[in-house]
Amino acid sequence: MTQASDAPAGATRFWNDPANRALAFQAAVLAVVFAVGWYLFHNVQANLARQNIATGFGFLGREAGFEIGESPIPYSAADTYLKALWVGVLNTLRVSFIGIVLTVILGAFVGIARLSTNWLVSKLAGAYIEVLQDVPVLLQLFFWYALFNEILPSPRQALSPLPGVYLCNRGLLLPVPEGHPAYGWAAGAFVAACVLIWAVRRWAHRRQEATGKLFPTFRVGLALLVGLPVLAWWLGGAPTALSVPHLKGFNFRGGLGLSPEFAALLLGLVLYTSAFVAEIVRAGIQSVSHGQTEAAMSLGLTPGQTLNLVILPQALRVIVPPLTSQMLNLTKNSSLAVAIGFPDFVSVANTTINQTGQAIEGVLLIMVVYLMFSLSTSAFMNWYNKRIALVER
Amino acid sequence: MSSTTPAETVRPPSTRLGPWGWLKVNLFSSWFNSLLTLVTVGGLAWVVPRFVRWAFWNALWYTPAEACRAGGGACWSVITKNLRFILFGFYPHPEQWRPAVAMGLLLALLWYSKERTRWSKRLVWLWLVGLPVMGLLMRGGVFGLPVVETEKWSGLPLTLLLSVFGMVAAYPLGVILALGRRSRMPAVKSLCVAYIELIRGVPLISLLFMSSVMFPLFLPEGVTVNKILRALAAIILFTAAYIAEVVRGGLQAIPRGQYEAAESLGLNYVQTMRRIVLPQALKIVIPPTVGVLVSAFKDTSLVVIIGLYEILNTTKSTLSNPQWMGFSSEAYLFLALLYFLGCFSMSSYSRRLERELTPGSAGRTR
Amino acid sequence: MILRRIATLTLAAVLAAGPALAGKTLDAVRARGYVIVGVNGSLFGFGKPDEKGVWKGLDVDTGRAIAAAVFGDASKVKWVPLTAVQRFTALQSGEIDVLCRNTTRTLSRDTALGLDFVHVNYYDGQGFMVPKKLGVKSAKELDGATVCVLPGTTTEMNAADFFRKNNMAWKPVVIESTAELAKTFFSGRCDVLTSDASQLAGTRAVAPNPDGYVILPEIISKEPLAPAVRHGDEQWRDIVDYAVMAMIAAEEMGITSKNVDQMLKSKDPKVQRFLGVTPGNGKALGLDERWAYNVVKQVGNYAEVFERNVGPNTPLGLERGLNALWTDGGLMYVPPFK
Repeated sequence: MTQASDAPAGATRFWNDPANRALAFQAAVLAVVFAVGWYLFHNVQANLARQNIATGFGFLGREAGFEIGESPIPYSAADTYLKALWVGVLNTLRVSFIGIVLTVILGAFVGIARLSTNWLVSKLAGAYIEVLQDVPVLLQLFFWYALFNEILPSPRQALSPLPGVYLCNRGLLLPVPEGHPAYGWAAGAFVAACVLIWAVRRWAHRRQEATGKLFPTFRVGLALLVGLPVLAWWLGGAPTALSVPHLKGFNFRGGLGLSPEFAALLLGLVLYTSAFVAEIVRAGIQSVSHGQTEAAMSLGLTPGQTLNLVILPQALRVIVPPLTSQMLNLTKNSSLAVAIGFPDFVSVANTTINQTGQAIEGVLLIMVVYLMFSLSTSAFMNWYNKRIALVER
Repeated sequence: MSSTTPAETVRPPSTRLGPWGWLKVNLFSSWFNSLLTLVTVGGLAWVVPRFVRWAFWNALWYTPAEACRAGGGACWSVITKNLRFILFGFYPHPEQWRPAVAMGLLLALLWYSKERTRWSKRLVWLWLVGLPVMGLLMRGGVFGLPVVETEKWSGLPLTLLLSVFGMVAAYPLGVILALGRRSRMPAVKSLCVAYIELIRGVPLISLLFMSSVMFPLFLPEGVTVNKILRALAAIILFTAAYIAEVVRGGLQAIPRGQYEAAESLGLNYVQTMRRIVLPQALKIVIPPTVGVLVSAFKDTSLVVIIGLYEILNTTKSTLSNPQWMGFSSEAYLFLALLYFLGCFSMSSYSRRLERELTPGSAGRTR
Repeated sequence: MILRRIATLTLAAVLAAGPALAGKTLDAVRARGYVIVGVNGSLFGFGKPDEKGVWKGLDVDTGRAIAAAVFGDASKVKWVPLTAVQRFTALQSGEIDVLCRNTTRTLSRDTALGLDFVHVNYYDGQGFMVPKKLGVKSAKELDGATVCVLPGTTTEMNAADFFRKNNMAWKPVVIESTAELAKTFFSGRCDVLTSDASQLAGTRAVAPNPDGYVILPEIISKEPLAPAVRHGDEQWRDIVDYAVMAMIAAEEMGITSKNVDQMLKSKDPKVQRFLGVTPGNGKALGLDERWAYNVVKQVGNYAEVFERNVGPNTPLGLERGLNALWTDGGLMYVPPFK
C-alpha cells in the first residue's frame, strides 16, 4: 500500500500497468493449470499404487497372445504387443490411403457433376451430397456391414460374377498374379519412371523458359509410367500365372481377399467423405471466374492448356487446404473400424488395453499415433501453402 | 401509360422457355448431355421402381416378425413393433410420456427461437429455465414423479441430451478458447493453441475412451462421475476446439480499426470484446458454426462404442434380438431418415440465416 | 481464464458426483444404502434384464447375495452393465463395488490389474459352436475356419493358443458386444463361435433355430469365473467371498430358501453357527449375525440359483458337471463356517 502511494505522481501504479497485469494473469493461469495437472497426476499415482496396478510401457515387449484377422505383414499370436500395434497402424494407413484415393476421385467426379449444365445430373449430385453428409458415418458403416452380412451367401454358395472372382459373406475374392521376382522389377521400374518424369518436367520447364518451345511432358510421362514397368515385367520373363481363389475346407484359399469389414469400412468412409470433397471441388472450380477462361482462350491456349495452366492452379489453391483436412478426417474416422471389427489401430489398442488392463498407456498410445498423423499432415500443408502462396505485389 | 402508344412498345425478348425449351437447354444441350441424360434416366428407371416396390408396395408395416420372414418387401414392422424401445430404451415403460413431453418442449423451444426477431435476453432466460425443466421432468423426484436414474435414460432423449447440452456448453468454451488463441499473452496463447491442436488432432473416439476407461483413474479414491456426464464432457471438450477454430476465423476478419476505435473510446478488453468485436465476429461465422454443430449432432452416435444406449444403440440392441435379426437395412434407413431430418433442417436454417445476414441481399434484414 | 473455467467445471462435476467413499468399502456401501455391482448386461443366464427390466442370472444372484449379506435386503443393488474393456477400470476406479461379470480368474489379472478374486461361482471351460450343416464333429477339424470371438478376453488368447498348438490356420472376427457377436455368427460371417461353454449354451438358446447349431465336445481351457473386488480392502473381500460361499455351504448343509426357517431350530451346531443362531460369524465379518440366513432366505442356496438360471430346465439346459458339490463329484468345496 505505502509503496503504491509513494510512487511518483504521474507514473501508473504497479497494478494499473497492463504489462504487469498481463504477467500476473498469466502466472495465475499457469498456476491453476499446473495445480489441476498435478492434482490429476497425483490421483492417478495414488490410485495405481494403492491397487497395485501395473504401469509403464513394459507390456509392449511381451507376447500379445491374440490373433489379428487381417494383416499386411506376417503376424502371429506369438509376436509382441508392439508388433500387434504396428499391424494396427499399417491397417489404419492401408484403409486411409485407399480411402483417400477413392474419395478424391469420387468427390471430384460428383463435384463436377454438381456443376454440370445437365439439370438431372446436377440435381442427382446435389441429392447425393446432401443425403450422405447428413447421415452419421458410423450409421453408414453399420448399414453396409449389416447389408454385406445379411444379403451375401455363405462361401459354399458364393456368387461368381466373373470367372475366378467370388463374392460371399467372407468378402470379395479376386485372382492375383502368382508371386514372381518380375513384379518386384516392375515396381522398381515404376519408381524409376516417377523420378524420370520429375527430371523431364524440370528440364522441359527450363527449356521452355529459355527457348519458349513446349515439350509434350504429359504424353511422354504417361508413356514412361506405363512403358517402363511393362518392359521390366517382360524382361523379367513375362510371368502370367494367376493365384485364383478356390474353395478349400471352410474358406477360399489363394487370390486376394477383401473382408466384409474392410469393404464396409472403406465404402462407408469413401461415400461419406466424398460428399464433403464434392462440395470443396465445386466451390474451388466456381472460385475461378469465367473471365479467366475467356482470357486464356483469347490468348490462343487450347482447352487442355487452359485447364492445366490457368484454371487448375487457381482452383487448387482454394481446394487443397480443405481437402487435406477432409483427408485427415477420413483417417480419424477410420478409427470407427473398432465398431465393425476391422483390426485398425484403435481396435488393436482396445484389445491391448483389455488384455493388459493398462488403460492410460493404451489411450495415450492412440492419441500419440493420431497426433503424429495430424502433425505430419499439417507439416505437409504448411509446405504446400508456402509453395503455392500468391506472390503479391 | 397513356402518353405512349401501344405500337411503340417493344416487348423484351421472352425469357420463358416453355417445357420443350427447358428440356432442350437443361437436358439435351449437346450430344454429350443427351447421352448423360439418357444414361441417368435409364439408371433411375431401373432403381426407382424396384426400390418403391420393396419399400412401399410389398412392405409390411405392422406385423409379427414371422410374417416379415415370409414376405418379400421391406419389413418396417421391425421399427413399428419396437418403436418404444428404439425411442426410449430402458426408460420405465409407464413413465415414457415424460421424455416424450420433454422432447416436445425442446422442439417447441427450438421452433420458437427460429425467428431472429425473438432473439433477446428473454429467449436466453427461456432456455435457461426450459432445459432444467426438461431435465427435471426426465429425472423425476418432484411433484410425485418417481425418480428415474440417469442410467436408464436412453434412446432419442439421450441423443438429444448429448447434442443439446454438448452444443450449449461447447459454444462459450469455444469462444473463450478462440479469444485465448488471439491473446497477446504468450502463456495463455500457447496453452490455448496446444489444447486446440491436440484435440483436433485426435479422433473423438479416443476422447470417449479416455472418458470411459481412463478418466475414472484421474479422480481421487471413491469419487465417481456419472457415465453420461463423462461422455458429455468428452463431446464438449471436442466440439469446443472446433468451434474455437471457426470463431478465430471470425475474429481475424474484424478489421483492426474496430479494435483501435474501441480502445480510443476507453473501452477495456472485456467491453471491447463483448460490445464491439464478438457481436460482429460471431455473426460472420454463423454458417461454419452450424456446420460444427451439425457434426456434433452426428457425432453423438459414437457413444455406441463406449456402451451408452443412445438411439443408434437401442436400434442395434433391437436388431440383435434373434426374432428381428436380418432386418437391419430397414432399421438403419429409418435412423438415417431421422438424422437426415435433424441435420438438414439445421443446415437449411443456417443457409436462411446466412441470406438474412448478408447485407444487400434479398433478405429482410432490419 | 479458460483454464480456470475448465477447472471450475471439473470441480463442479466432481462435487456433483455424490458422496466420496471414505476408505473402507463396507462403510461407503452402508452409507450409500446399496451395493453397486458390475454385470454383463447382455448374457442370458448370467446377467441380463428380462423384457420387464428385471435383472436375472447367476452373476446377478451373486450380487443379490452380497446385498442380502450386507443389508439383509437382496434388492439393495444397483446394476452397472459393462463391456469387456470397461469392466476392470470400473472396478479400479471405484465406480462399482464388486464385479460379477463372468470374469475368469488369471494370474495377470490378480496381480497387474489390482484385483482380488473371491470364490469361484461358476467353473467353466471354453468350447466351440458350429452350424450343424457344416458337418464338423471335432474342434481338430477346424483348420482354416473363420472364428467369431470377443476381443480382449481370455477366450481370444485360448483360441490363439489352441490353433497354434494344433498347427491350424484360422481367421478371427472380433466384435465387442456379446449380442452383436452372436448376431454376426448367426448371419454366417463366421464358421465357428468360440466362448465359454455356458455362454455358447446361452447363445444357442436364443438362436433363431437352436437345433441348427452344435457345440463341439472339446473343452480347451479352464475358466474359473469368479467375482472380483478391488485390491487392498480385506474386510470387503471377505464379505464378498463368504457371501458367495454361503450359498454353497447352504447347499452342503441341505438348507434351502424354503426350509431355512425350520433350519433355524436345527440342533446341528454347524447349522446354528451358519445361520447365526450361535453368534460369532457375523461379528467377525462386520455384518449382522443373520447375514447367511438372509442370503439363503432371499436368494437361495447354490443349487437353487443354478437351477433357476442355467440348469436343465432353463433354455441353457446346463448340467451341474464341475459345478456340483465336491460330495457329488464336482469342484464346489468351501471352508468350514466357524
